[in-house]
Amino acid sequence: MDFLNSILVKPFADMAAAPDFLLQVLWEGIVSGVLYALIALGFVLIYKSSRIFNFAQGIMVVFAALTLVGLHEKGVPALLAVPLTLVVMFILAVGIERVVLRPLVNQPDIILFMATIGITLFLVGFGEIIFGGENKVMITEQLYIPTGSFEFEPFGGFVSIEQKDLTAVIGAGLLVIALLVFLNRSKMGRAIRALGDDHQAALSVGISLSTIWVLVWFISGIIALATGIVWGARAGVSFALEVIAFKALPVLMLGGLESVSGAIIGGLMIGILEKLFEIYWGQPLLGGNTETWFAFVFALFVLLFRPQGLFGERIIERV
Amino acid sequence: MNAHSDAVAAVAPDDGIAPGELLMDVRNVSLRFGGVKAITDISFDVRKGEIRAIIGPNGAGKTSMLNVINGFYTPQEGTITFRGKQRRAMKPHHAVRQGIARTFQNVALFKGMSTLDNIMAGRSVLMKRNLFWQMLWHGPALQEEIAHRRVVEEIIDFLEIQHIRRTPVGKLPYGLQKRVELGRALAMEPSLLLLDEPMAGMNLEEKEDMSRFIIEVNRQRGTTIALIEHDMGVVMDLSDRVVVLDYGKKIADGPPEAVKSNQQVIDAYLGVAH
Repeated sequence: MDFLNSILVKPFADMAAAPDFLLQVLWEGIVSGVLYALIALGFVLIYKSSRIFNFAQGIMVVFAALTLVGLHEKGVPALLAVPLTLVVMFILAVGIERVVLRPLVNQPDIILFMATIGITLFLVGFGEIIFGGENKVMITEQLYIPTGSFEFEPFGGFVSIEQKDLTAVIGAGLLVIALLVFLNRSKMGRAIRALGDDHQAALSVGISLSTIWVLVWFISGIIALATGIVWGARAGVSFALEVIAFKALPVLMLGGLESVSGAIIGGLMIGILEKLFEIYWGQPLLGGNTETWFAFVFALFVLLFRPQGLFGERIIERV
Repeated sequence: MNAHSDAVAAVAPDDGIAPGELLMDVRNVSLRFGGVKAITDISFDVRKGEIRAIIGPNGAGKTSMLNVINGFYTPQEGTITFRGKQRRAMKPHHAVRQGIARTFQNVALFKGMSTLDNIMAGRSVLMKRNLFWQMLWHGPALQEEIAHRRVVEEIIDFLEIQHIRRTPVGKLPYGLQKRVELGRALAMEPSLLLLDEPMAGMNLEEKEDMSRFIIEVNRQRGTTIALIEHDMGVVMDLSDRVVVLDYGKKIADGPPEAVKSNQQVIDAYLGVAH
């Protein structure tokens, strides 16, 4: 009885008792949720247009952040380093298309997946040779990202919102809106969706495979840079960041590999739920540190009931 | 706006080739996959305004031939001259730009999209407005979209598929999917329309409808058509000239009556004791 009480009643009583603290927890959840959503978006774009599960998405985040910081270290002004990093990500996209994807057209999905593992290993080595392996600090201030915090006093309590988190959330929101408009409104966006639907059909109406592939890898590169800046600002820039990309896996399981809105909602959901669980259930009952596994267990649980994920595209098949 | 409605009236664009003149010339084309010879030294031509059939038993290399023409495969030997320009290696989207549209044996449609969107996709190459206007969904891009939409609606009327305009094509019966696929190819306003088994898996009524559409496209719009088909009745009725392939080689070429009575063709189809 005591046990049931501590699971089912006490956490909610705690939430009601300190609504200001609950708000703070929710905000923290939203911030990490936005980051998960960003990484998941990178995966979704590439999967949608080419059915490739891009194992390299995580290292692309690290590589983009490293390039940005590295260029700045070499004396390039911060505001110039951002467009230069984008150029590097574009060259990377072209290179991947020419060297890796093009020769592997029409190969089974698993081979392309393995190739992205190859890309990962290459970027780890290449990044270390060029920029060194030691941890770096994100150039937050040089990029004019505000570092103070806003403080509120709702319900007679206290909530603090860091300005750089707020910037991250707003920036990510704008990026996502731009991406959605691009995918739904533009000819290229339609081509990306068409290519994901049926390769042969897309080719036969004149969509160029290479152009679209370069484009989606470049967009994933842009997303990687945004993620790298935001995450680097919180945790520093190191190769350990790559691991964070795997947090996107449960998001993808929930959101479905092909749904842009699924990635966003799934990311936010995981971010918020894992924070709530950690604070109200994890720390009092399980000794904390539940954030490392909660998302995976939660995704597993959802998959038991909805194997296509929460927002996966319904596959229409006629027999 | 007028320019666009004119384009509808003559869906096969004026490519400067008079009816009956050479549109495409395939010379000594060979295609191998490793050691497997799919096509060996095949030559034939397609003349403007005709319906050209490619027939042959299963595995004769018919679909491979279409794939070579629209750039899916690059032949190891031989040349293809289309509208007076010779080419060897090209990508499918180049073929589309040159005016070659096609349909597929197993129907390749965007299954999650509606009939309308699928046919609209056929217009994508013809859309010119830049990204900026497209994103704003405004100004010239909107005008252009409306003009393209009008062409697409005419195609929908022509193929009598008004009632399924908004239906996701994945839900449609096979016969209708084939019709949507034809619609998408027509939307590209091709000089040469390649049809890979347009009647496969259809019942008699659907076949009659499809035959009617093919004839009307050819007669009214003047579109040149090259088609692969297994139903001999259909082939003999529709086509002006027939190429017969067997084991990747050409065994006959000529008007339907001549091909029908050719001994090699009869042997290929009925089998012969070697």
